[in-house]
Amino acid sequence: SFLSTLTQTMKGSHPHHYSPALFLYSSWWGGVQMGPPDPILGVTEAFKRDTNPKKMNLGVGAYRDDQGKPFVLSCVRKAEALIAAKQLDKEYLPIGGLGEFTKACAQLALGADNEVLKSGRSITVQTISGTGSLRIGANFLSRFHGGPRDVYLPKPSWGNHTPIFRDAGMQLKAYRYYDPSTCGFDFKGALDDISKIPEQSVILLHACAHNPTGVDPKPEQWKEIADLVKKRNLLVFFDMAYQGFASGDIDRDAWSVRYFIEQGHNIVLSQSFAKNMGLYGERVGGFTVVCNDADEAKRVESQLKILIRPIYSNPPMNGARIATTILNTPDLRSLWLEEVHGMANRIIKMREQLVAGLKKEGSTHNWQHVIDQIGMFCFTGLKPEQVERLTKEFSVYMTKDGRISMAGVSSGNVGYLAHGIHAVTK
Amino acid sequence: MSIFSDVPQAPPVAVFKLTADFREDSHPQKVNLGVGAYRTDDSQPWVLPVVKKVERLIVEDDSLNHEYLPILGLPEFRSASSKVALGDDSPAIKENRVGGVQALGGTGALRIGAEFLRRWYNGTNNTATPVYVSAPTWENHNAVFADAGFKDIRPYHYWDAAKRGLDLAGLLDDLEKAPEHSIFVLHACAHNPTGTDPTQEEWKKIAEIMKRRKLFVFFDSAYQGFASGSLEKDAWAIRFFVSEGFELFVAQSFSKNFGLYNERVGNLTVVAQDNENLTRILSQMEKIVRTTWSNPPSQGARIVSKTLNCPELFAEWYVPNGHMPLTSADIIAECLTDYFHFHMNVQNSVFGEKYCSCCRIYLSFISLSPPLCRKGNVKTMADRVLLMRDQLKSKLQALGTPGTWDHITQQIGMFSFTGLNPKQVEYMIKEKHVYLMASGRINMCGLTTKNIDYVAQSIHEAVTKVQ
Repeated sequence: SFLSTLTQTMKGSHPHHYSPALFLYSSWWGGVQMGPPDPILGVTEAFKRDTNPKKMNLGVGAYRDDQGKPFVLSCVRKAEALIAAKQLDKEYLPIGGLGEFTKACAQLALGADNEVLKSGRSITVQTISGTGSLRIGANFLSRFHGGPRDVYLPKPSWGNHTPIFRDAGMQLKAYRYYDPSTCGFDFKGALDDISKIPEQSVILLHACAHNPTGVDPKPEQWKEIADLVKKRNLLVFFDMAYQGFASGDIDRDAWSVRYFIEQGHNIVLSQSFAKNMGLYGERVGGFTVVCNDADEAKRVESQLKILIRPIYSNPPMNGARIATTILNTPDLRSLWLEEVHGMANRIIKMREQLVAGLKKEGSTHNWQHVIDQIGMFCFTGLKPEQVERLTKEFSVYMTKDGRISMAGVSSGNVGYLAHGIHAVTK
Repeated sequence: MSIFSDVPQAPPVAVFKLTADFREDSHPQKVNLGVGAYRTDDSQPWVLPVVKKVERLIVEDDSLNHEYLPILGLPEFRSASSKVALGDDSPAIKENRVGGVQALGGTGALRIGAEFLRRWYNGTNNTATPVYVSAPTWENHNAVFADAGFKDIRPYHYWDAAKRGLDLAGLLDDLEKAPEHSIFVLHACAHNPTGTDPTQEEWKKIAEIMKRRKLFVFFDSAYQGFASGSLEKDAWAIRFFVSEGFELFVAQSFSKNFGLYNERVGNLTVVAQDNENLTRILSQMEKIVRTTWSNPPSQGARIVSKTLNCPELFAEWYVPNGHMPLTSADIIAECLTDYFHFHMNVQNSVFGEKYCSCCRIYLSFISLSPPLCRKGNVKTMADRVLLMRDQLKSKLQALGTPGTWDHITQQIGMFSFTGLNPKQVEYMIKEKHVYLMASGRINMCGLTTKNIDYVAQSIHEAVTKVQ
């Protein structure tokens, strides 16, 4: 019968068919493998278990103040108080999120006077921070992008990029980016690789404060990249998780995004407010698609909603409200810009102190890249064995690729860090 | 030529379109019986008093920050949520084989569960496993499982339009005929959209077949407490299946029973055979969460967690057995606390009220008529819905509207499947400006003492004038 044929086919198609007798005593999940710990968030787990009083968590990119404490921005606290006083209801947001938020979010990235915003030829949806934004974008490309299924990531890139795009059904490839011999940007290698990317492929670019290397192209280099990308007719996917954190100036940090748009690239863009507003756990982000015209933007918007609805229906309110209040209340916005500048400055200072500390320890290596690199992270150049020693002997926790989060460094522990790094590299 | 020039316009999500149309309507008597959110008798959204209280506590707690939650969510939230579903004394919890994945609302919990099943259930990456959803069901169920990769999503018999009740024979037949290992999405209570739930005896029959035929149980629990007013009663089916030894998933939503719709608070409760299996399952859940949203939002989980884990706050949210009468000693104590307690640290709160931060209460005037019994916030909502059901049925019967209307009070939860056909629904919307879903589903919360006569009259007209 049809049903037995179907059952036979099904039996043949999966290797773990349980016999009736086995079922009574075994679980559905006997075949589920133990998943490996997350390479980045797993670092924090290991850190928590360590009892060494001098331990340092330089793993996850969460900003810390000079006492090593999480930092809640004053503008955030003030915004929360304002919101609390308004006694708002808790009704569902639209699928695409809080309208005031998506508008402010787009303006922050593109500049309020951007022609794209004035013509209405872009759509921005509120997302679950940067990850949620990347995933929605990846799903959208997977469903609607007619070009090759390949997404080209810089080598290296944020560890979670690969599984996000993969789970969305895309394939991953890479272009040269980081030059380990200089601890800087492999500009020639990047151009060379990009020139060979098949047309209409997707290329992912970190807008600023590249994660994990902290190595950003200079404006002149961005211009050449933009040119080449246009020649190759590639779809640009910008990931901007650190606007404000790189230089301390939000407009300067968004320069690459705005330049590409100016040059005629219809980009897609992921934004996160986790770091620049310290809203990590509130999950505030945006995903933007720049289209040809307002009609296309409307069609794209309708499809984004169709993608979002079966994942989480509509996004969470709290963080978006806070972000919107800050962006749209003049004195809160100024305060925010000051505080972002302050966070970026503290990190720059730590970079300088780390290099000074290493010199003091007697290190003969060239540590200039620590100062040249930008943003929250530093690609130290440490090899995996050195990282392991640093963790085991000094309880300094970082990711295996040698990346440290400068945000976890303070004036109180920078000397200890310099000592540890020198010890494993001398 | 744009890369997106071929992107077609997608149809709007029906239930949100309905609300959009309602908003644009200027008719003075318009009524929105569409989207499923609770409304007060003044047709206003209702932020639960306990939620307001807890939110203030959170805002004023300087020790709290906005750091990332763990991937699986706030631990105290996860455990408290699973306890709400399975019961405080759940043997499965005691046996350490129950885990939770904090998710973005019930939708998020369903999606994470679906993604896990597609990857790890019935083989690995077996997209051919049939997924059964009730006919009808919440319209998003299909898309959740389809987008998770399942290729074969089928209906199971549920609603019997002729008798306006459960098609038990059809349901049981579908269970018997489903391929082994099929996944069944069951509504734990307050079935959406029909409001028709199996009885306990009927659940027992369902469970017997599902166990015998090795079918996977995936409960969708979006209305616990909201349906009958009793958390226990509304979770009976879940707890029964657990006691029968099933390994199952429960997608829980706190949108309705906490009124936290826009904070996206949900939990996927996993009941496994033992702790070892549970550990492996949760490790794989982490991988799925990491590429979907990395870690869940903290605000809503904090509110629910604080409430569930603090006895005084819990009692404001929910009182077992409905009402907790205040003794005269209670009343006096409340008044004394308000007036005669020497508050050590009185400040002005953001709201301008006097706030004692040592005992963390807001000082207000003694109410002239203190409530003589305390009802949890959940029961307040459930009771209003029950009242509207009762009144609607009475009014239709009084009008002599053709047909039987017992189903209105027999059905449970937020929704009622009126039995109105698409033409009658169109009449209701266009002529009477009463907005309801094309399926004939109404949200009882949209009814108030002020509009119920108009709605009853409109239904009467629709049924008598339109066939």
